[in-house]
Amino acid sequence: MGKDIVLKANNINKYFREPTLFHVLKDISFEIETGEFVSIMGKSGCGKSTLLYILSTMDTDYEGQLLLSGDDLSLKTADELAYIRNRDIGFIFQFHYLLQEFTVLENVMLPAKKLGIKSLQEIEHDAMEKLRLLGIADQAKKLSMRISGGQKQRVAIARALINSPSIIMGDEPTGNLDSKNSQNVFSILKELSQEEKLSLLVVTHDLDFAKKTNRIIEMADGRVV
Amino acid sequence: MNYSIILGIAKTHLISRLKQSAIAALGVTFGIGTFITLVSFMTGLNGLLDGLILNRTPHVHLYNEIKISEKQPIDFIAQPEKELSVIRSIRPKFNQLRIHNALPILEYLNKDKRVKGAIPQITVQVFYKAGSVNLNGILNGIKPLEEDRLFSLGDYIIKGEAQLLKNTPSGIIIGAGIADKLKLDMGDRVYLTAPNGGLFQLKIVGLYQSGLAEIDDIQSFVNVKMAQRIVGQSDNYITDINIKLYDLEESVPMAKQLSQQFNISARDIKAANAQFETGTSIRNIITYAVSVTLLIVAGFGIYNILNMLIYEKMNDIAILKATGFSGKDVQQIFISQAMIIGVLGGILGLGVGFFLSVLISHTPFETDALPTIKTFPVNFNPAYYVIGILFALVATFLAGYLPSRRARDLDPVEIIRGQ
Repeated sequence: MGKDIVLKANNINKYFREPTLFHVLKDISFEIETGEFVSIMGKSGCGKSTLLYILSTMDTDYEGQLLLSGDDLSLKTADELAYIRNRDIGFIFQFHYLLQEFTVLENVMLPAKKLGIKSLQEIEHDAMEKLRLLGIADQAKKLSMRISGGQKQRVAIARALINSPSIIMGDEPTGNLDSKNSQNVFSILKELSQEEKLSLLVVTHDLDFAKKTNRIIEMADGRVV
Repeated sequence: MNYSIILGIAKTHLISRLKQSAIAALGVTFGIGTFITLVSFMTGLNGLLDGLILNRTPHVHLYNEIKISEKQPIDFIAQPEKELSVIRSIRPKFNQLRIHNALPILEYLNKDKRVKGAIPQITVQVFYKAGSVNLNGILNGIKPLEEDRLFSLGDYIIKGEAQLLKNTPSGIIIGAGIADKLKLDMGDRVYLTAPNGGLFQLKIVGLYQSGLAEIDDIQSFVNVKMAQRIVGQSDNYITDINIKLYDLEESVPMAKQLSQQFNISARDIKAANAQFETGTSIRNIITYAVSVTLLIVAGFGIYNILNMLIYEKMNDIAILKATGFSGKDVQQIFISQAMIIGVLGGILGLGVGFFLSVLISHTPFETDALPTIKTFPVNFNPAYYVIGILFALVATFLAGYLPSRRARDLDPVEIIRGQ
């Protein structure tokens, strides 16, 4: 495998066992190169979110092989996976998912504090940098429940960026936003991918959004089409 | 580093729900505070009640008992396996009241490492004379200072003191009941008739009140020498030896050993006061049962509040797990919250308990039984404070541990998907 492949899925199969046995993902295989902006598209229920949870290492109940920067993730323990999620994967969800009672700055700093490589001052400095990059530095000291939806999503992006991950994954990152904010978030992601050479993998059912990415992986009935 | 983040998150959770956290902590405070107060007060009272009898009861009491000889004359010639001997109307053997070789025995006992002190006593039957009235009484010849040191005589002397008796060879510490009947007070003189008819005049140097009327009505104390003079006997006339041991548990084997060794009657404190130990242990059981119940109730309060908190914090848990916190980290966050509640509530509880104990210990409490006690007895034993805080920690840990396991095992995918 080439050096520039960041994420590689090999024959991933996934079953739901409840309420009846159901084959959700069938022999999924694909690769994502460093700096690539990839979107996964498909109708709801085709398994695209399920795939994302497997790729993000949160769901470990699958068959097949998953490689992140050449490292086989299917053999890791839960604690090792948590560490990898912390260091190598950034997350953006559909519903912002910030810690409500913490300030914006604290939310962004949290994954870096958990990683524990940099000093507190460095982390704070980095976090402010990211917030500035996303244009919300002035909100840093506010409680995260007191800012608007578009701002929350930008905070979530800043948090995903804080540990300089190998890849950022998004689950309908613009799904809950109006078109203006949605446009805004997209252009931020696009910029990051072009300027910072960030790899991005985004699940969406918004065709306009998907069209503007480098590559679309289309899914139907649990298969890549 | 890791732990400081976890503590930081736990703290933020607690502060953002200050009211709930405070109520949970107050539950612990109430539990521990009541535990401390209850235990201190109950053990204080227990000590007082036990002391009432146990302090002045010798651990081993040596004396000569009037009893029937175990081996009757016929047993020396009869053959029990072949013959049946029947004796009618057995009489007790005449026995001297004095302990044979009392002084060497005392010396021997005082060298024994288990013995805190062994002191002689002489019991004499006398009459207190007032005009034509003769009041029956018992006179105890004692060594006043030793008696005070080992059997807290001073606690029951309401006027005068033990030292005064020691300094006055013809002094007497008289029972408060007799003094009352004969209208006598400190410095007055009292007349005694000895068993052999001699009349003695003694000076009252103290009043004794045990709280038991039948004792106070007959008992008085004089010096050993005086008692020996009253019975008309020499220095080695000693009727009783009272022994105080370091360890009360030794009293039973010790009594058995001494009885065989010196061919004498020996009564241990357990045989003398069996009911006291039972009463004490039952009171202790009740105290602990009530306190533990209170703490368990407080524990359930914490358990409930944490359970609710975890329910509300499902989102946070999912985010923390998605951004790289392991299940163990999340579990520690919630256990930390429980422990913070436990430590703060517990320490406050110790304070409340101490404050209430001090309050009780200053509440007036006067009783005839204990002339020297003026307020309620409270036992400020640090051990109860240690037990209290330990129990608070254990209870809150358990109350936090059970719900925190759910947070640990929570699958973030389920929550994120559920939205």
